[in-house]
Amino acid sequence: MADTEKKKVIKPIKNFSMEEYISSGHRACQGCAEVLAVRHVLKAIGPDMIMAMATGCMEIISSPYPLTSWNIPWIHVAFENAAAVASGVESGLKALRRKGRIPNKDVTIVAMGGDGGTTDIGFQALSGMIERGHKVIYVCVDNEAYMNTGIQRSSSTPIGATTTTSPTGKLEPEGKSTWKKDMVAIAAAHGIPYTATACPTFFTDLQKKIQKAKEVNGPSYIHILSVCPTGWRVPPNKAIEYGQLAVDTGVFPLYEVENGAWKLNRKPKELKPVSDYFKGQGRYRHLDERFTQQIQDKVTERWNKLVELCSEKPEK
Amino acid sequence: MGRKVGIEVSIAAAEAVGLCDVDVVAAYPITPQTHVVEHLSELCASGELDAEFVPVESEHSAMSVCCGSSAAGARTFTATAAQGLALMSEIVFIASSMRLPMVMFLANRALSSPLSIWNDHSDTMMVRDSGWIQVFCENGQEVYDSIFHSFRVAEDPKVSLPVMINVDGFNLTHVIEPIEFWTKEMAQKYIPPFKPLYKLYPDKVVTMGAFGMPEIYAEAKMSQDQALWNSYPVIKQAWDELAALTGRKYSPVELYKTEEAETLILGMGTICETASLAVDKMREQGKKVGLVKLRLWRPLPVDDIKNAISGAKNLLVLDRAVSFGAANGPVTTEIQSIMYHEKERPNIYNVIAGLGGRDVTPEDIIKMLETALANKNQGYNIHGVRG
Repeated sequence: MADTEKKKVIKPIKNFSMEEYISSGHRACQGCAEVLAVRHVLKAIGPDMIMAMATGCMEIISSPYPLTSWNIPWIHVAFENAAAVASGVESGLKALRRKGRIPNKDVTIVAMGGDGGTTDIGFQALSGMIERGHKVIYVCVDNEAYMNTGIQRSSSTPIGATTTTSPTGKLEPEGKSTWKKDMVAIAAAHGIPYTATACPTFFTDLQKKIQKAKEVNGPSYIHILSVCPTGWRVPPNKAIEYGQLAVDTGVFPLYEVENGAWKLNRKPKELKPVSDYFKGQGRYRHLDERFTQQIQDKVTERWNKLVELCSEKPEK
Repeated sequence: MGRKVGIEVSIAAAEAVGLCDVDVVAAYPITPQTHVVEHLSELCASGELDAEFVPVESEHSAMSVCCGSSAAGARTFTATAAQGLALMSEIVFIASSMRLPMVMFLANRALSSPLSIWNDHSDTMMVRDSGWIQVFCENGQEVYDSIFHSFRVAEDPKVSLPVMINVDGFNLTHVIEPIEFWTKEMAQKYIPPFKPLYKLYPDKVVTMGAFGMPEIYAEAKMSQDQALWNSYPVIKQAWDELAALTGRKYSPVELYKTEEAETLILGMGTICETASLAVDKMREQGKKVGLVKLRLWRPLPVDDIKNAISGAKNLLVLDRAVSFGAANGPVTTEIQSIMYHEKERPNIYNVIAGLGGRDVTPEDIIKMLETALANKNQGYNIHGVRG
């Protein structure tokens, strides 16, 4: 190694599992922050879990028969039904446990889907799962487009981003012209016991939230921003950095809603300008100053609203 | 032996599901399936049935919940009809491909459009090639007994496939019939506990629903096809054991007054009861007519059908669905296909009848037969339709 600089000693993190529940050798792209998010989710829960996964990047990179990357019981049925399949697993185990046919121990049920499988096609199944109150952690790993099929826009694609179905053109110079669907607010509106945003750049925060969700007696929804170097047109070694910028510019704030109480988990003294986050991302390279400013105004407005929500004391 | 009661067929079916000690019921309401799931939710609410009733937000989720619960090793039941089956059909194909045993009560209803809540077989024909075991019922007792039989067959480790019980909507779901009930002990004796070869539980790591590259997909489909064919002896054996238990004998193909019959009528479901009355009348007139009832639709009992019809001169096949733009109705196409290579085979005529709840009487069937034999029509016609 040419790098002779003295490295900072990284202190071991408390309760950080050294077990791996998703094996390396999977087929994710270089620098994929989504598979990193999956790794941390699994570590936070441990071996006593079952996962139902939607069709998508994480499914396709991990399960080409006869190979598998999963060191946990795992099922994939279709694209739009991870929440419903998880509901079924949870209900089945509940009945079997009650009848004494399986051991009386807690098994964490996780449903996982990408932004397409969650915010678009799986939206109804997710809403049903939350409303019925299944004890399932639903994790959306959001890379902000249909990356598995070749970077098409989803309702979680942010405003201004170009994808293969929200290209820039003479009539639509801005790329995607609508705002990203606010899934955590939607989950909160269901009266869900616990919902939060997370990002693998801040992996201790992510793990803490998953563990919190695990303890909740009911459904929980965790929305994880997962930088996709391939789809966002950024270098693979910048995925972690862009995750940090998304949070510190206020584009993707880290917060949680616990029994109706909103809480900011990371509050920078001053937000960085959104242009810092856009810079270097191929999907935003067409943005002019005027449109960037428009987005900046909206991000600031939304951030202020969030800060306000998070400062409110919940009604007792 | 259980007691005999006059009861609505849907309620009796739900009672049977309860006796099977089902673990999970997931369903979405749709006419004419509702009475089945309403009664099951009542049984769960009152504590008479220890099961999870999952009131899903769509049929797509109903079938998805069933896949999850079956994969977890829970005994699983659902019920639907027509549009509900259409909405869940994506997952219907996956359930059988993933070899997830479960039982579905399908209240056969016409597909939209125009919207119709009434009976025909267009819904089930849509999922004909889904890889499920598919049986048809003629009366309430058959429906009731089929629930036990279906759980027994579906969960047999040699089968491990979902089973669909076809019950003609309204014509059968909503009628009150005398039905001889089973006891809990009979059900327990007949259906062993569900022990799947693989299930989702942390004591053993499994990956279910991996994706298939071109190198493996064809093999996966071949093994699925073999599994469905291999279910045939299990289905028969389970019917034999059911006969020993109840005294009621079921077969893949059942015959009615076929002795020395020159002309046969073949149908599936409740139309067979109507056809049996038509046969009675024609026999009274000295006509050599008999009836062949096809109870098992998938896997198709090819040899049983050949044995039943090869000696006849004429065969009228009653279809209850249109296969648009095809040579014949779906049942007729199959019968013609399996008889093509036979040296002795009847002239096969096809009538499509009873679409969207259009009533079919014994007189209609007599007329269909007379017209077919007189005109010797090739291809199909839709009976009684106004031009």
